[in-house]
Amino acid sequence: MSAFGATDLDLSNRRRERAFRGLFGAMTALLILPVILILGMLVWKGHSVFSLEFFLAHPRNGMTEGGILPALVGTLYLVAVALFASVPLGVAAAIYLSEYAPDNLLTRLINLAIINLAGVPSIVHALFGVGAFVLFFDFGTSILAASLTLAVMTLPVVIVATRESLQAVPQAFREASWSLGATRWQTIRRIVLPNSVSGILTGVILEVSRTVGETAPIMFTGATFYVAFLPMSVFDQTMAMSYHLYTITTQVPGVPEALPFAVALTLIAIVLLLNSVSIAFRMVLRGKKKW
Amino acid sequence: MARKEGGSAGGDHLGREWWWDKIAQAVLFGGGISAIVFVIAIFVFVAQQGLGFALFDLDLATFFTSPQWRPTSEPEPIFGALALIVGTASITGLAMLVSVPFSIGAAIFIGEFASGRTREILKVLVELLAAIPSVVWGFIGLMVMSPLLMDVFDVPVGVSVLNAGLILGLMAAPIMTTIAEDALKAVPDGFREAAEAMGATRWQVIRQVVLPSAKNGLVAAVLLGVGRGFGETMAVLMASGHSINMPSSPLDPVRALTATIAAELGETARGSEHYRALFSIGILLFAVTFVINLLADVFVRGRRASR
Repeated sequence: MSAFGATDLDLSNRRRERAFRGLFGAMTALLILPVILILGMLVWKGHSVFSLEFFLAHPRNGMTEGGILPALVGTLYLVAVALFASVPLGVAAAIYLSEYAPDNLLTRLINLAIINLAGVPSIVHALFGVGAFVLFFDFGTSILAASLTLAVMTLPVVIVATRESLQAVPQAFREASWSLGATRWQTIRRIVLPNSVSGILTGVILEVSRTVGETAPIMFTGATFYVAFLPMSVFDQTMAMSYHLYTITTQVPGVPEALPFAVALTLIAIVLLLNSVSIAFRMVLRGKKKW
Repeated sequence: MARKEGGSAGGDHLGREWWWDKIAQAVLFGGGISAIVFVIAIFVFVAQQGLGFALFDLDLATFFTSPQWRPTSEPEPIFGALALIVGTASITGLAMLVSVPFSIGAAIFIGEFASGRTREILKVLVELLAAIPSVVWGFIGLMVMSPLLMDVFDVPVGVSVLNAGLILGLMAAPIMTTIAEDALKAVPDGFREAAEAMGATRWQVIRQVVLPSAKNGLVAAVLLGVGRGFGETMAVLMASGHSINMPSSPLDPVRALTATIAAELGETARGSEHYRALFSIGILLFAVTFVINLLADVFVRGRRASR
């Protein structure tokens, strides 16, 4: 720094910088390491249960034995129906916000509503699901009611991710298309969407991950303790992975300790896998961008 | 965000395409306002079951000052939510006490000190931690943290304010870290370079330039963390002990507002006083998170406006 070597002030400044760097580094480590230790402990306690049967069998003997097949299938069902509702709506909302919305009060209100939709407690979403889908639309406690509740709750995930990937398409692409006489919709369909479809996909994967883990919104709208059969229609109730973990941990007596650990591990594995795929996808895309 | 008027000039001769353009615009506008429609719908449907009860049948003085939550006692049920409010506040408060310094510290480390591969790896780890579902956190509180606390503090019950607070802290920290780091990133590099050009060390730049300019964004990050903790349901239900109690120490079990709805709604008759009282709690939760999110938005906008 100084032309004549470091002064005392320089040295003390550098010492202070090292100290703070160390402090904040330690804080970061303390955020991450305990969770990794906890996950290690889950693996240690739950791994003995894993077998083909665990994934392919129904629960037996008052849910103290057997597998998790109906919960896995139920979660798959819930996610699929939820995506069916929320992806088209979320993508439409994102296109409007990115391609049409003027900078006015309404747009500000929409953005505020998106933040609020993401911030409303999950149990309030559950109350909404009961009031709207179970009672008002009279779907009863069913996969349809639960999935629609989940769809409303995870809508902001799709909107935010899609809007970001649409806005990453350079403005010059649109202008080139317009100058050839294309309408706004033709430009969106032929230029903007094809150039952002993989970004939208990463957002959808994130939404799936969120939907898989949610418990409170489905407790009273469609998830059930135990059913002997796999769901056949959207009006059936279903078991689900997240709710299954809650029930065998807190409601069922006599469950061997390793079983809920294995269910928790499966749930974490699904969620982390989905998020990792989404992150990897994003990184590959960033490397491939032509602009 | 606004795009300049582009296509459709001349209009008529395009015929069919012109109509498609108008139809698409209308449909997409419908999608755009869906978020507003849903927020209003959530309020309407929760209020429909709970607002009448909250305004006319519920004794609000009792609700906010009595620690007695006895919704099924005969002949006269008591709906006092004070213990639940205190439960939620103590858990959220403890969680924030633990996680706010760590989140901001981690955001500073990741955003300002770490670089290259280290930064990328830390960001991915934080993002993955944020994805762990709340029911899994509740499970960890009940099955991992609880035995640990019983050992360390030599107490008979391990589910408590402390347990739920720590779990909630671990849960909220990655989210706050991400938002706080975004706030730091929003400070233009020109500010840092100007300070560095004058001979400031990295730490001096952070303390005297970056943190003051990112202040509003950091406040917003903390507010969103508070909102998150306040509304968290499954983790708090499983890790707090779920017993109605005015806590006198962090090792006491408590019960939270959200957890009360989750635990009791399944067992109440539709339309009963108890059922509508739970929806009244829902209105309270909705209102408080709405205000918190609004405040966070005001702070973020303040940050942009001051630039």
